[in-house]
Amino acid sequence: MSLLELENVTLKFGGLTAVDNLSFSVEEGEVFAIVGPNGAGKSTVFNLISRFYTPVTGSIRFDGHDLLKEKSSRVADFGVARTFQNIELFEQATVLENLLVGRHRHRGSNFLTELFFTPSVRKQELQSRHFVEEIIDFLDLQAYREKRIAGLPYGVRKVVEVARALATDPKLLLLDEPASGLSVEETTDMRWWIDDIRRQMGITVLMVEHDMGLVSGVSDRVLAMADGARLALGTPTEVQSDPAVIEAYLGKAS
Amino acid sequence: MRIIFKTDYMQDLRPWKDGYQLSLYLLLIAAAIVAPFVFDAFFLGELTNVLIWALAGLGLMVLTGHTGQASLGHAAFLALGCYANIILVEAGVPFLIAFPLAGIITGLVGMVIAIPALRLHGIYLAIATMAMSILADDIIVLTEHWTGGVGGKYAPPVNVFGIDVDRWGTPKAFYYLVLGVTILVTLGYINLLRSPLGRSFIAVRDSEVSAQAMGIDVARTKAISFGISCAVTGLAGALMGLFAGAFNNETFSVVISIQLLMMIVIGGLGSIHGAFFGAIIIGFLPQFLSISKEWVGALVGGSNVAIPGLEFGIFGMILIMFILFEPMGIYGRWLKIRTWFELFPFYRKDMFKRQKSYLKTERLR
Repeated sequence: MSLLELENVTLKFGGLTAVDNLSFSVEEGEVFAIVGPNGAGKSTVFNLISRFYTPVTGSIRFDGHDLLKEKSSRVADFGVARTFQNIELFEQATVLENLLVGRHRHRGSNFLTELFFTPSVRKQELQSRHFVEEIIDFLDLQAYREKRIAGLPYGVRKVVEVARALATDPKLLLLDEPASGLSVEETTDMRWWIDDIRRQMGITVLMVEHDMGLVSGVSDRVLAMADGARLALGTPTEVQSDPAVIEAYLGKAS
Repeated sequence: MRIIFKTDYMQDLRPWKDGYQLSLYLLLIAAAIVAPFVFDAFFLGELTNVLIWALAGLGLMVLTGHTGQASLGHAAFLALGCYANIILVEAGVPFLIAFPLAGIITGLVGMVIAIPALRLHGIYLAIATMAMSILADDIIVLTEHWTGGVGGKYAPPVNVFGIDVDRWGTPKAFYYLVLGVTILVTLGYINLLRSPLGRSFIAVRDSEVSAQAMGIDVARTKAISFGISCAVTGLAGALMGLFAGAFNNETFSVVISIQLLMMIVIGGLGSIHGAFFGAIIIGFLPQFLSISKEWVGALVGGSNVAIPGLEFGIFGMILIMFILFEPMGIYGRWLKIRTWFELFPFYRKDMFKRQKSYLKTERLR
């Protein structure tokens, strides 16, 4: 069984069909990329999986759970973490605090134990810190640990967002344009990190990305979308040479 | 400049950074304990008043400073805490049980009210909570049977561990009661801020969308924050009632709500220090004004002229100045001064400048 399965998912905003009868599945341990021109519905697919939107028809299953039956805040509990296209960090908090929020789904304490900061809460906090430090090491964020997000450069924020998603210890990581706005060097770093996330941590990655260099460099399979529908699905080379994909990007030769 | 070398995660988990900081806070507490033996009854009363306001400020700080939900209705919860406490004490419940119970009742009522109210955002929530504050006035009049309505109520004498605690009779005991409650609440607040719940408040304040994606139930977190906020405010209200001695439906008017919100903005949103700094300003300003009015009157030769609305005019002006020139409040100003000295001569003017944030994902709402 696949880790994530979307089946005949359709989402409409008024008269506009944002996602049109889309089906695909992501296997455990692969890097799966979604590409397509602007407005193709790529980010909308992410927001469907995060349960920010509810589709008109279709089903979304993750790891044996029917996501459509759950609230948005429950999705993370099953092991889905995500980043956002327009960075959504907690601006007035430090990098460390941001990552510690990622540990929220593993919270075993409640209001009363936290009010008195009992030894069990202390132990849990130390464990969270250990876990978060591993990720800080992994993504080379040591220099920014105590810095507030509000003063950090864009490239670092992008990495912090990936780090925060990893701090939830997910099974599936959704990356929404991880390389947008990054320099060539930073994009190369991101490429190695995505590779390591899959290989070392064993996390399945689903990403939306425009940078075809990055997409063909790391992904096993690529889904091309246009106008909310599936154009092509296959290896990066197959998709890049697909006539329908070329037409969607470049238009028809007259 | 002090550089703290960290060798253990516990150093970040402790509420204080190092021994130096801890000793400063212990000195402050020691000074607060010695205070009644140094000051006269009048000044001690003022100090008690400031502590009660600080407690109320801590309550609102949870909601507005840390969860980012503005409330102009907290006078209603001050009133609820005050009446709940007095009614319980009059019914024969010992003060030591009635007092925390008043806080819990206020917290639960707050949480129930929060469920519909917190669907509103920003200014709309402020308006809705303001309506609550105005309604509270009428409800007190309507429930005259319990609250005494317009005629009001008098605070009965209370007894803690066999010691009579009375604002006028035993001001020292009353001061210690208030000090004790304030310290306990502050410690609890610090504990929450270093635990997952406190972090989820900050997460909801800064980005609801990603808080949700991290597995935080936004509606539930807001309701809990409202509940905690109201509970602490209720405790402050109970103390305020005992401090005032007599109160009726007009004691906790909407003006108090506005003053409370002003207080934490002036003090510095999002910090425990801010509640205390703001309380010092709000608590001492009326005295400062009346003293300086006499002084100015003596200087220019005029007698004591009553200027109606002077206090509120000055409050408003201070608030506007803070929003224009120091949005981070007194605590923010203090941080800047401290950094200036620590980094001398390398402090840069723009060090604390807020950067424009990048595009936000607002479409999802």
